[in-house]
Amino acid sequence: MSTHDVTDNPSTGTPVPPQTPLVGPADAARYDSRFSLLASGATSSAMRDLMAITEQADVISLAGGLPDTEAFPRAIFDDIASDIGADYLASSLQYGPTDGMRELREAIVGIMAHEGAHARADDILITSGGQQAIDLSIRTFVNRGDTVLAEGPTYPGAVPCFTAYGADVTHVPLDDDGMRVDLLEEAYARLAGEGRVPKIVYTIPNFQNPAGVTMSLPRRHRLVEFAHANGLIIIEDNPYGQIRFEGEALPTLYELDDGAGWVVYLSTFSKILAPGIRVGWAVAPPQVLRKLNLGKQAADLCSSTMTQRFVTEYLKRHDYREHVARLNAIYLRRRDVMLGALEARFPEGATWTRPRGGLFVWATLPDFIDTKALQAKALERQVAFVPGEAAFLDGSGTSSMRLNFSGVSEALITEGIGRLGEVIAEFCTLHDALNPGRA
Amino acid sequence: MSRVAVLKGGTSLEREVSLRSGTNVEAALRRLGHEVLPMDADQHLVRHLREERPDVAFVALHGRGGEDGTVQEILEILQIPYTGSGVLASERAMDKVVSKALFRAAGVQVPHGYAFSKEAFSRMGAADTLPDIQQTLGLPLCVKPARQGSALGISMVKEPGDLAAAILNAMGYDDRVLVERFVPGRELAVSVVMAKQPWALPVVEAVPLGHDFYDFEARYTPGETELRPPRDVEDDIIQEAARVSILAAETLGCRGIARVDLILDDEGRLWVLEINTIPGMTDTSLLPKAAEIAGLGFDRVVADMLALAALDV
Repeated sequence: MSTHDVTDNPSTGTPVPPQTPLVGPADAARYDSRFSLLASGATSSAMRDLMAITEQADVISLAGGLPDTEAFPRAIFDDIASDIGADYLASSLQYGPTDGMRELREAIVGIMAHEGAHARADDILITSGGQQAIDLSIRTFVNRGDTVLAEGPTYPGAVPCFTAYGADVTHVPLDDDGMRVDLLEEAYARLAGEGRVPKIVYTIPNFQNPAGVTMSLPRRHRLVEFAHANGLIIIEDNPYGQIRFEGEALPTLYELDDGAGWVVYLSTFSKILAPGIRVGWAVAPPQVLRKLNLGKQAADLCSSTMTQRFVTEYLKRHDYREHVARLNAIYLRRRDVMLGALEARFPEGATWTRPRGGLFVWATLPDFIDTKALQAKALERQVAFVPGEAAFLDGSGTSSMRLNFSGVSEALITEGIGRLGEVIAEFCTLHDALNPGRA
Repeated sequence: MSRVAVLKGGTSLEREVSLRSGTNVEAALRRLGHEVLPMDADQHLVRHLREERPDVAFVALHGRGGEDGTVQEILEILQIPYTGSGVLASERAMDKVVSKALFRAAGVQVPHGYAFSKEAFSRMGAADTLPDIQQTLGLPLCVKPARQGSALGISMVKEPGDLAAAILNAMGYDDRVLVERFVPGRELAVSVVMAKQPWALPVVEAVPLGHDFYDFEARYTPGETELRPPRDVEDDIIQEAARVSILAAETLGCRGIARVDLILDDEGRLWVLEINTIPGMTDTSLLPKAAEIAGLGFDRVVADMLALAALDV
């Protein structure tokens, strides 16, 4: 046995032992019998394996959801970083309150006011990205087997949260005006009739991920009224509200709730500033906020004080809306390039949304095309997207796809959509050949 | 002690599985005292192999490129002995259409089926034969891409009108697809060691959890199966499974350790579905389970695979 080799860790020069795991496949059963229900629910899937291949360097990935981080001015970053070192070094290296830094929560009140939402700093909990806000709110309300309503399609990143906590999700279809609230009412009545009264509805009203659509004002009113009448808690996830290229902002559900306390509002700095800082927030009535806070204590005690300080200092000195305007100008061009390419390269029978903001277009192909099979074929041409199934918990969405335009250059969007168009055309030709009577 | 390059990853759809296999193999090789050179099978593979000049290559790749003769041919050119089957056997095993034909010719029982290339439909009007196929084979049918290692692209056709859609779907994964009769029964896996005198590891059964019988969904849904020695199966059937599996591996000319997947139907008949020339070596794979049942352990299997490494020429 020569497990005593020593290699040098190039970064530090410190000798480290070679990685020799002592645990092998035969030991798998040891853990299987001990894993929690929560961990057992998170199994690997063909979809995940498929998406892992899309992360290779030479693939044009329209699968991501990455904001542009190259537009952030270097000088601003340097100034703030250096001032944090001079003025806040000890405190930004220290733990902070679970709720988050007071100054930052006060600044967030101002940010929400720009969208016409009036929150109090006391009602805000800083989270580690919007994703943690989703996780905390689902685990605060959902028992295993509880019925939850969500748009169909819903945010693919929320799917593992629903799965982990055992939510029984019923999807509510959406159209160009967002979630079909009339169908939500129907679903609610049906489920209640079966003794499965939904506790919460999870929705992204603005520039929804993945569909790109925005809930109309009448539907917002109707949803809030329905929630009030039936005691349904609304989880309003609003990461994209200010990533708007066209039109006027609509009031948030939180604002329409008017302090009645049926809306838990979630947002993030990931899209208006940068995702790497991992700062998001939740706004909730005090009773709910306490539970979110306890959940966060268990999860990570507090969000990074260093990045909270960074955001706070940034907001003190700069109008973040200038940065948002810079981003929106970039995204608008990319969106237009994508819509133009779709028009030119996607076949008859394909439909897609025309988002007025956000990061995504949702395209739906003729129903004989399975977008997982399409993704397998498209990978031969080095192009990737998110198959629609990833946005559903019930196996639907098989002919749809999510296309991201924010994280890819205009030239690559054109090239990527062009290649996709060719692969889709191959499927259509083959479909006609397979179904001669119907061609 | 040897310098062993572990080839893993690659760009096939089974990349993730391969990385998990490779990690386990590397750990075993280190425990066995070998020097391990992990290598992702990317565009720099040949350069890395030339620079490192390993004594032997352990091929832990799955799917296209790694299991179909491609990487084996490269290793032949570089004259680096490698684990698993040679070029021709890899190609034969990867293509379910070819291996099925060879099995049948050698007297190995396989489910009846037909294969189609894309051209058959696009240039020769093969769509008109679909009703004949359903007539001959009956329902349900199993539709598979000819050369795809994982369960991706495989579907079961229960309704007459669904066959064309299933073929279209499978063609996303390969230009050739296989349509065969779905044989209901118990799923067995036999890992065969192709030493001078070939022998078989204990039979492993994949038992569905929470399903009345081993239906299609259970067979291909991860996390829903338990791997264990088959219960209530007569010894002569077990012996026959081992004999048939060795015959199947000999028929294709396999080397090293290969895994044969079979169905045991209700009447006690064995049907060979396919051979995997590079069996999965992940925590939940069948070959490691067989090694555990045999009391050999994972490391011994890895050592055997290494000992059987060779070149075609």
